[in-house]
Amino acid sequence: MKNTLATTKSYSFKKFMNSNNTVGHIFAAPFIFGFICFSLIPILTSFYYSFTDYSLGSKEAVFVGIRNFAKLLTDEVFVKSLVVTLKYVFISVPLKLAFALFVAFLLTRKSRLVTVYRSLYYVPSLVGGSIAVALVWKQLFARKGLFNAVLTDMGLGTINWFGDETLALYPLILMSVWQFGSSMIIFAAGLKEIPVSYYEAAKIDGANGFQTFFKITLPCLSPIILYNLVMQTISAFMAFTQAFVITKGGPNNGTMMYALYVYNQAFKYNDMGYACAMSWVMLVVMSIITLVIFKTSKMWVFSEAGD
Amino acid sequence: MNMKHTLRKTIYHLFVVIFGFVMIYPVLWMISGSFKDNAEILRGTLSLIPQEPKMSNYSTGWRGFSGITFATFFGNSLWITVVATLGTVISSSLVAYSLSRIRYKAKKLWFTCMLATMMLPGQVIMIPSFLIWHGLGLTNTYVPLILPYFCGQAFFIYQMMQFMQGIPRELDEAATIDGCSKYTIYTHIILPLLKPSIVTTIIIQFYWKWDDYMGPLLYLNRPQSYTASLAIKLFADAASTTDYGAMFAMSTISLIPVFLIFLFFNRYLVQGIGTSGLKG
Repeated sequence: MKNTLATTKSYSFKKFMNSNNTVGHIFAAPFIFGFICFSLIPILTSFYYSFTDYSLGSKEAVFVGIRNFAKLLTDEVFVKSLVVTLKYVFISVPLKLAFALFVAFLLTRKSRLVTVYRSLYYVPSLVGGSIAVALVWKQLFARKGLFNAVLTDMGLGTINWFGDETLALYPLILMSVWQFGSSMIIFAAGLKEIPVSYYEAAKIDGANGFQTFFKITLPCLSPIILYNLVMQTISAFMAFTQAFVITKGGPNNGTMMYALYVYNQAFKYNDMGYACAMSWVMLVVMSIITLVIFKTSKMWVFSEAGD
Repeated sequence: MNMKHTLRKTIYHLFVVIFGFVMIYPVLWMISGSFKDNAEILRGTLSLIPQEPKMSNYSTGWRGFSGITFATFFGNSLWITVVATLGTVISSSLVAYSLSRIRYKAKKLWFTCMLATMMLPGQVIMIPSFLIWHGLGLTNTYVPLILPYFCGQAFFIYQMMQFMQGIPRELDEAATIDGCSKYTIYTHIILPLLKPSIVTTIIIQFYWKWDDYMGPLLYLNRPQSYTASLAIKLFADAASTTDYGAMFAMSTISLIPVFLIFLFFNRYLVQGIGTSGLKG
């Protein structure tokens, strides 16, 4: 009797352990834990702090209502950082994607060398995020750096890249475009999946290279373009290291990227409440932009109906 | 006809190689700079061949700062990177399995949360996360830099889910008939077939983490626990003039592990990206 009970118990335990609900949650457990601890709680904390005056070392956060948000409107550096960041995003992301697609397309040929080439073109992305390359970049665009040496050789005179408020952003944009590798890899994977039969049919119909590219390749890739567009836009908004290392936001805040300004407010001026308010504004701005991308995507993303 | 074909082929390869050379030029310039002296670097020459190649940058650079050599900094970086990458692979594959293969009620909720974290800019949670770790007394340890990686990284979960969609469900069904449970399907069927995707994850996560600057900048204050990227930045921060040669030498060494990982695994890189699920 006792024995049967134990068996039933162990049987029902086994059944419980193998039910979809349990298995699903056991496997998802790391994420659920991480989501709550490292995303949800911080984001709610940030929301709370954005309405307070709080600095590291102060005993408690003082509630100040919307004062932080009101202060943002009169903060000239904040407005400038927003403009600089938007400029950076709107120039670097389209250029980077176009470039990534171009190279991915270039490397679709069936040749054993293509893998080698692809690795070669991936190198900038592989090392580009590192502090080392940022420091090299700074040196390349220095007053007596490589770019100016080339310009002088061409008889164009030198440009003081990091001395001019409007010019200083462009070396940073160039550096971001240069790191097109991860988008390229995703495009390459997408190109591989376009059925060869489409191209054969186009060839029979007498389509030339350009027509094939615009009528077959681009539409088939459009969902992947959307994915890359969203991911790259988000990561461009977060750009920090380059500005922090190369220009420190200068000259005259001409490269004061949003993330850098948030960092400065939090860790340089120890104004945590204000920095949290800025983070939230960033979240709202980015959500709006992402939403706009998704809404407009219905017009240009081609979906394979019935596939 | 054949001539024309060969010619076009040659032009293609020539173009790709020259263009690729321009792309990696800054990296090559840095490597050659590590064998030049400071005066030569600052002159801004295009040449990749040092006038008088010398190794002394490596020995001066390796000496590091305030008695701590680069052996310590590279060791720290390697430890953090390897553990975090391992954590990412294990946890992300578990979560991806749950979200793509198991049918349960709350799945949709967790999937939405996962997409939300993927789109959540890191800067939004940077400050509160710092305050929380600070409150727990865990700043100046590696915990904030490692523990979150054991909770699955949304980007990789998503990539792995894409890849898993390409693994036929019939395999799961066949395995069930053969007496596999949902746990052993993961270990015996999914995990081995997921290999290309795992390799992609290893490459990308390894170099992301190895290059990571902001995390160590926020959480590490003691020079003994500095990562290589923080230490390399110290060359530029020095009160006296920057020792570019030494900085480039250490930077060159810092690229070696990333290159090794990449060379070892790179043929899997494109294979491991699944795009099937992106199609509308």
